[in-house]
Parts: sequence; C-alpha cells; structure tokens
Amino acid sequence: MTSRTISVGALARVEGEGGLEIVLRDGEVKSAALNIFEPPRFFEALMRGRAFTEAPDIAARICGICPVAYQMSAVHAMEDALGVAVTGPLRDLRRLLYCGEWIESHMLHVHMLHMPDFLGYAGGVDMARDHGDIVRRGLAIKKVGNEIMTLVGGREIHPINVRVGGFYRAPRKRELRTLAERVERALEQALQVARFVAGFDFPDCARDYVFVSLRHPDEYPFNEGRIVSSRGLDIAARDFETHFEEFHVQRSTALHARMRLCDEPYLVGPLARYALNADVLSPLAKEAAREAGLEAVCVNPYRSIIVRAVETIYALDEALRIIARYEEPDASCVAIEPRAGVGHAATEAPRGMLYHRYRLEADGTIAEAIITPPTSQNQAMIEEDLKRLTGAFLHLPEDELRHRCEQTVRNHDPCISCSTHFLRLEIDRG
Amino acid sequence: MSATHHRTSSVPRLAVWKFASCDGCQLSLLDCEDELLAVAQALDIAYFPEATRAPIRGTYDLSLVEGSITTPHDAERIQDVRRRSRALITIGACATSGGIQALRNFADVREYASIVYARPDYIHALATSTPISDHVKVDFELRGCPIDKGQLIEVISSFLAGRKPATPSHSVCLQCKLKGNVCVMVAQGTPCLGPVTHAGCGALCPSYDRGCYGCFGPAETPNAPSLSAQLAALGMDEEALQRVYRTFNAQAEAFREESERHDE
Repeated sequence: MTSRTISVGALARVEGEGGLEIVLRDGEVKSAALNIFEPPRFFEALMRGRAFTEAPDIAARICGICPVAYQMSAVHAMEDALGVAVTGPLRDLRRLLYCGEWIESHMLHVHMLHMPDFLGYAGGVDMARDHGDIVRRGLAIKKVGNEIMTLVGGREIHPINVRVGGFYRAPRKRELRTLAERVERALEQALQVARFVAGFDFPDCARDYVFVSLRHPDEYPFNEGRIVSSRGLDIAARDFETHFEEFHVQRSTALHARMRLCDEPYLVGPLARYALNADVLSPLAKEAAREAGLEAVCVNPYRSIIVRAVETIYALDEALRIIARYEEPDASCVAIEPRAGVGHAATEAPRGMLYHRYRLEADGTIAEAIITPPTSQNQAMIEEDLKRLTGAFLHLPEDELRHRCEQTVRNHDPCISCSTHFLRLEIDRG
Repeated sequence: MSATHHRTSSVPRLAVWKFASCDGCQLSLLDCEDELLAVAQALDIAYFPEATRAPIRGTYDLSLVEGSITTPHDAERIQDVRRRSRALITIGACATSGGIQALRNFADVREYASIVYARPDYIHALATSTPISDHVKVDFELRGCPIDKGQLIEVISSFLAGRKPATPSHSVCLQCKLKGNVCVMVAQGTPCLGPVTHAGCGALCPSYDRGCYGCFGPAETPNAPSLSAQLAALGMDEEALQRVYRTFNAQAEAFREESERHDE
C-alpha cells in the first residue's frame, strides 16, 4: 500500500489561522481535515450581561473583514426580539452599507487572495509587479466599496454609525450624491474585471452541492429573506436552529454546522446565492453573467471568482439605484422600548449566510447569544471539496499539490477569525 | 511558477503577525488602496500570511503585530516573533491592551468556554487575554479598534525615515474642538468617553451625533473618575458605568481601574 500525508502548516491568503491535513491511501484521498487553530475569543459568552444596544459594536469585532454583516445580523435579530420594523430610507441605507462591504470584500478576495492562484504568484503585491494595471483597477473598485462604508458607516472597519433601530446620523442627500460618479466609474471597471476573470484557465470539475442562502422575492438578498436550499428547504430565519445544528470537533476551535435532517454538508456564499437568486439580479448583472459564460447554476468552485465579480457588479449597480432614490428620513432611528423576548435574523455576509439569535431580559440585557458564521457552515463542505477535488492533482509534485489544496480552500473565501467559535495542510500518504 | 523576487538587502523587510484578533487592523494595510503598492516599493512585504504565501524566513526589520496573547502556544510564539524582529510595533487594541477578548480577565474562562463549546476540554485557552507588551519589549504601540490607516502609514513612514511617529496622545475631546464639532455631551446630554479617550479616529463618533465609546483606549493622563461623575449625572447607573469602560480596551490600566471602581 502506498500512502502519503500532505500538510499545509498555515494557510495563506485566508482571513485568520488554519491548516489542512489530507490522508492519501493507494492513490486515493482517504480523508481531508480543515484544522482551525485561531484562538477562541468567546463572543457568545462575553455578550451575556451587555445591553442590547451594545450588540452591533461588539459583534462587529468578530470579523474585521465583514463587520457590516455582523452588525446587520445583530440589529435585525434585536429588532425581531423587540418588535420593531425598520423600513423606507433607513432600510435602503442598511442595504447600501452592505453593498459597500460586498464590493470591498469581494474585490479584496478576487484580486489579492484568489487571483494570484490563477496567475501564479505568491500574493497580490507580487502579482502587481507584472500586472500593475489589473491590481490597481481591483484596488480602485475596492476603494469605492470602502468609501460607501465610510460615508454611511463612519469608517470601513467596525463602522460606528449602525444602531438597533437605524443609524446615529442619516447621511444628507447631497453627501450620497457625491458618491455616484465614483460608483459609476467603478461599475465600468467591474464589468472589465468580470470579462478578465472569465478568461482564466479553470480546473474542470463539477460538485453536487447542497446550496443554502437567503431568498427575497424582489431583490438579491442582503438583509432579509427566507432561508432556502437547492433541495427545497424554505423556512423563516427563526426556524434555522430546527433545521441546522453546530457541533464541536476536537481539531478545531470553530464549530462545524450541518443540516439536522439529512446530515449532509451544505454550502453558503456566492455560489449558493447565485444558484438560488440569479433571477433577481439586475439586468446589467445578468448580462455580465451571460457575457462571462456563467452557467445558470455554477458547480465549479474555482469559478466562484466569476460569481464574485458578478455580485460586485450587482452591488455597485444596486448602490447607484439606492443613491438615486434616496430621500432623507424624518428620523435617523426608530424609537425602541426594551422588553423580554427572543429575536432571530440571518443576513448575507460576502462569504455566506450569517445567523444570530439573542434572548433578552425585560430591561434589554442580553441573556443568551447564538452566532453561526458562514465559515463554520462551510467547513464540512470545504473538507468534502478537498476529498473529491484533490484526487485529480495527486500526480503533481508535492509543492504544486499543496498549492492546489490551498486554492481549493480559498475558493470559498473562508474567514477563519469569524468562524472561531478556523487552517495547517498535512497530507498523510502513509 | 511563482515569481519570488529577492530584493537587495537595502530594502527593509516587513512582517505582519497575527495573534487573537479579528484581522481588521492588518486589513487596514490592504485598505490603503492608494498607498499599498508604494509601501510595497519601499518595503519588502516578506511575511504577511493574510496577503501572501511567502513562509517565515530569517529576521525582519519591522514587525507589525496584531492581536493579544490568549493561548500557551501564542505566549511562546510572541517570543520567537520578538527574536526575529529589529523593531516591533503593535497595531490595534488587541495587541496594545488585550482587546474585547480581555473581558474574560474579569470572568471565569472555564465558564466562558462551557457557554460556547460543547466540549470545553478540547479548548486550550489562557485565563487572560493580555497585550503584547506584557510578554516582550514593544517599540511602539498604535491604538484603535481598528487602527486608523492614515496613522498606520505615518508609523511605517516614520520607521523608514528613522523618526518618531507623529501620533498625538491627547484626547478625542481635543480632536472634536479642533474639528469644530458641537459637544454631544454638553449640547445633547449624550454620554461620551471623548474626554478620556486617546485621539486618532478624528473624533468620528461625535461627528456622527454619537458619544465616543472609547475604542482607541485611554488618552495620556485621563481623569476617568471625574468623567464618571458627569456620566452618572446624565443618568448612567453603576452597571452601565462599569460596562462603558469594559469594551475593546478593558484591560488598559486607566479603563480597568475605573471599571473596578464601579464593582457592586
């Protein structure tokens, strides 16, 4: 029997710390494990005893890459518990803020984290020496995402303007209008990015994914919708824990998640959102997807870079629509009275669905917090990808094989900091 | 396949290290969209796992350290980072004062682990989250949760020029005055930590009609007891007063001491 172990001590170009261990027996992948050694920070414990008003600022610190996602899931869950609805321009501003985070996070991943795998560089900065214009274009689009977050949220990392019920200060109409020209230019550039990444040499593969994402009848999902799957699931966010569960494995400080009924791994993120919501993309984003040769359901995870480019186009396009129709709200925030209750919410972080549940005491103190981030949901599916996809690369020299394994993980833009409540590659060939 | 460029030894080598953190402060470097490629010209970004596959190799002229020490393994790793670094600069509240995860310092870490994990016995965590300066010599501490990217560029530039960074240690309150903001505490009665909080954010929260929540940690020589009296007059009870100092810089001395004054 011939066997070997391939290991990646510390995965690069992912957010946070983790590694991989792959065991090969007789030329087949026997097992693949994604090990998360990001130190635990115990957010769900330290939230207890805090005021409901503090949740968006504390939850943001779970992840510096997608703080808006944490803030949005937190405020929506709190508003669910407190019986408050945020509508009109305030809802639009939240959606605009989310557009900013998608643009920033997707362009970071596409250009600095994922693209170097396709063009053969160690990282985006190395890549810039030979492909300066491409990297500068990506950074220019990313910067517009950050500018949206800075205006609406106060700053791009850990925005300060988000509160339960709305915002501290609603931007003036003329402030938003100043963004429009830059967003339009970024949209032109993003259309070029989609055409460019569509021409990459993708490994030929197809996976039978169970996709899970939010779905909203009228809009591509950011802040709200029902939780749906490619296998017919269709539930409200409040029923998430009835259908999904987190479990704890010894090798990881991130909890894993699975569906209770079928015990199958599932995938959240751009591939899932696109598969379940392509019909509600804007006409421009649909056209860009067609032009990039993107199939109706994309089951090749390496091609997720195209989906991120299309979603970026959508986010820029949507940002322009929101800016154009914005009217200043009468108040920056809906009035809120604390009460006892339980609130649930799921929103779409750039890397996938993010679920929060809070239980509040009568004075609004947090009695319990449950947070299920996208990467812990994707962890089991990433391991499945490694098991099923790396078999095709076993003939490669060790270093290239290791690189392919890393790329297979990076396909899903794992955010390891946030899933710890995540990587090292070891390949065991026996 | 990969084009690894070996630079001449005259270009300083930069490393970016991560301990317990949210990755936001190192992201600030990648968020310098206009300056990033210029920084990459002036410095060899030799180790930065969030951005490049290049492995740890040899020593570094400048190490930026994000995150706090929360595990026995990390307590050893920071010693290795120090040995490899000519200058070591901490970036952000976690590395400089323990971060939000230092709330465990006021609680029982075993209880925390049992709340989050089904098998707390799988978790190897220290009872405390501590800043980098508790473990090794630190050459400069840049504050903020997250750091301000303009200040980060200033710190890197000053390192390259061999001068002291121009990052004022006065309070957010003074920044507000310089900015011409109307005082949210005086005019609107909004509780604000601006008088005791370290400058660097550009008085962001008061500019958004919100009181400062102290994410840059204590200013030089803050008078927190005096501020607490004012906050109490605005209606904050003892529990709220304790919580207001126990957020992202709870372990910073001035905030820790003041929060302890409001223990039951």
